[in-house]
Amino acid sequence: MQEILKLDRVSKAYGSLTVTDDLSLSLGAGEALGVIGPNGAGKSTMFNIIAGGVRPDKGQVYYRGTDVTGAKAARRCRMGIGRSYQIPHPFAGMTVYENLLVGAAFGDDMPRGEGFAHAAHVLEQTGLIDKANVRAGTLTLLERKRLEMARALATRPKLLLLDEIAGGLTEHECNDLVATIKAIHASGVSIIWIEHIVHALLEVVDRLIVINFGAKIAEGDPHEVMNSAEVRQIYMGLEADG
Amino acid sequence: MSERYQVHRSTRASRVAMSLFALVVLALAAAPWWAGRGDLRMLVEIFTYVGLAQMWGLLAGYGGLVSIGQQAFVGLGGYMLFALATFAGVPPLAALLLAGLIAALIAIPTALVAFRLQGAYFAIGTWVIAEVFRLGFAQASALGGGSGMSLPAGIVRDIAASAPAREALIYWLALGLALAAIGMVYLLLRSRWGLAMTAIRDSEPASESLGVETWRTKFVVYVATAGMTGLIGALIFLQKLRISPDAAFSVSDWTALVIFIVVIGGIGSIEGPIIGTIVFFALRELAADWGAWYMILLGGIAVATMLVAPRGIWGVISERWDLQLFPVRRRLVVTGAKADARA
Ligand SMILES: Nc1ncnc2c1ncn2[C@@H]1O[C@H](COP(=O)(O)OP(=O)(O)O)[C@@H](O)[C@H]1O
Ligand SMILES: [Mg+2]
Repeated sequence: MQEILKLDRVSKAYGSLTVTDDLSLSLGAGEALGVIGPNGAGKSTMFNIIAGGVRPDKGQVYYRGTDVTGAKAARRCRMGIGRSYQIPHPFAGMTVYENLLVGAAFGDDMPRGEGFAHAAHVLEQTGLIDKANVRAGTLTLLERKRLEMARALATRPKLLLLDEIAGGLTEHECNDLVATIKAIHASGVSIIWIEHIVHALLEVVDRLIVINFGAKIAEGDPHEVMNSAEVRQIYMGLEADG
Repeated sequence: MSERYQVHRSTRASRVAMSLFALVVLALAAAPWWAGRGDLRMLVEIFTYVGLAQMWGLLAGYGGLVSIGQQAFVGLGGYMLFALATFAGVPPLAALLLAGLIAALIAIPTALVAFRLQGAYFAIGTWVIAEVFRLGFAQASALGGGSGMSLPAGIVRDIAASAPAREALIYWLALGLALAAIGMVYLLLRSRWGLAMTAIRDSEPASESLGVETWRTKFVVYVATAGMTGLIGALIFLQKLRISPDAAFSVSDWTALVIFIVVIGGIGSIEGPIIGTIVFFALRELAADWGAWYMILLGGIAVATMLVAPRGIWGVISERWDLQLFPVRRRLVVTGAKADARA
């Protein structure tokens, strides 16, 4: 399997707090990787390092064989990295549909007509079509999270980064979300999904990593990782809502 | 699949508004035949403020670039017009266009400096830059130093044969520039740039993550608004026929009042600056001879607006009735049978 992403010993500290600690990671093209770990472990920071919002202090980020450590977020997006934010950042004054058009027009340089159609298609795919012409600022938190995913999809990513998008969903909504992500995965998109709702995660991912204090402490087959003594110990508190 | 979707720009309200707007513009274009000289002068002032407010609104409301130094480009435009016409013999109207171009060119190094600063520091930085310009022109003895200069009578005669003809010409130029400023914002907002700028207005990190080059976008907006602001500045002083550093680089006349107008009318829209200008001139007609109370009234209204309706008069109206007069939004219309969204 061809490698789509590689983190080579990246570290990042905020002051004296090491948030990413000598972290290495490899993702194959078409693979779906799950990420779990306690709050504050540095999971979202890892996404920032991959997507270009944060520059690591040490180490390299490779995307499809290219060193992108110094590349800006906008460029990485156009190269095919699409991300969602754990805390939604909607374009509040624009409609939901226009939010997606930004991604289509700039993230993938789609010509106008194609971008219009693709953004509409993504709205249907993510169940937001009824909200198309609503100002994004009026959405509920759950809808905003869905918009995060939809907007990333509008850029037609090759690598999709999802940061805790299942929290707070009903069982039915969660099943819908899992089905949507499975379909995206099946279409060939590589995925890294940070999620506390472990049962949802396990339905999608091929491999699981556990991050604690910025370092990778376990990696492998999702069920084996979840059953390992080390993970059970660290993850005890979070297993309850999984 | 794509034929099931249509993207609509205009609404019924916007079509009605655009027709009315066209009628108002026609009536205004004929003003030299129906309005008195005093009225024409005031309309010129109104048009220049509409233009300045559109530019400041574009910069701050979309680019997120809260500048308190736009007087730098008003003054620069004015001085360039005087210098080109007086010393280089450039015909006044050509000098007007060149003055705008020069303002845009000067904005390039200015941006490289000011863009290193963020937020409040950016605002103060732009003001400091404008002060540097003011002090610099006060030193230029060829341009009259601190007391400034008048446009030589020969050049004034070059503009038009008679005083009424000159005033009519300046009136049409001012109307044209106001329309050009509105048109510039309108076309920008409807284009790809508009998507990028509106996105930056709402969230800069998310814009970057979706592929928008935020620095480059802001840079282009800054330079373009500087050019138009310089053009308007040149016209302001072509009407006044006299320029001095304090008048040309006045932060209260060319930035503070403009911010007042945009805040009152509503930031982040085309309608807001137009409404704000009308409100401001109505207030001025009503209360200008109240002296200090007039300024207190303006300040009070601005503060009250920011507290009660941060998006201004137009923000309240457009949200209440979901209205837009200038059709810049993109509405998705799904035709035919609705597919199951989450198949
Ligand atoms: N910009 C920042 N400045 C300072 N500290 C930060 C910043 N971003 C994250 N942190 C800190 O880094 C740690 C890891 O954060 P994060 O990556 O969001 O963790 P997770 O997503 O695993 O919950 C937290 O302690 C957080 O407070
Ligand atoms: Mg997080």
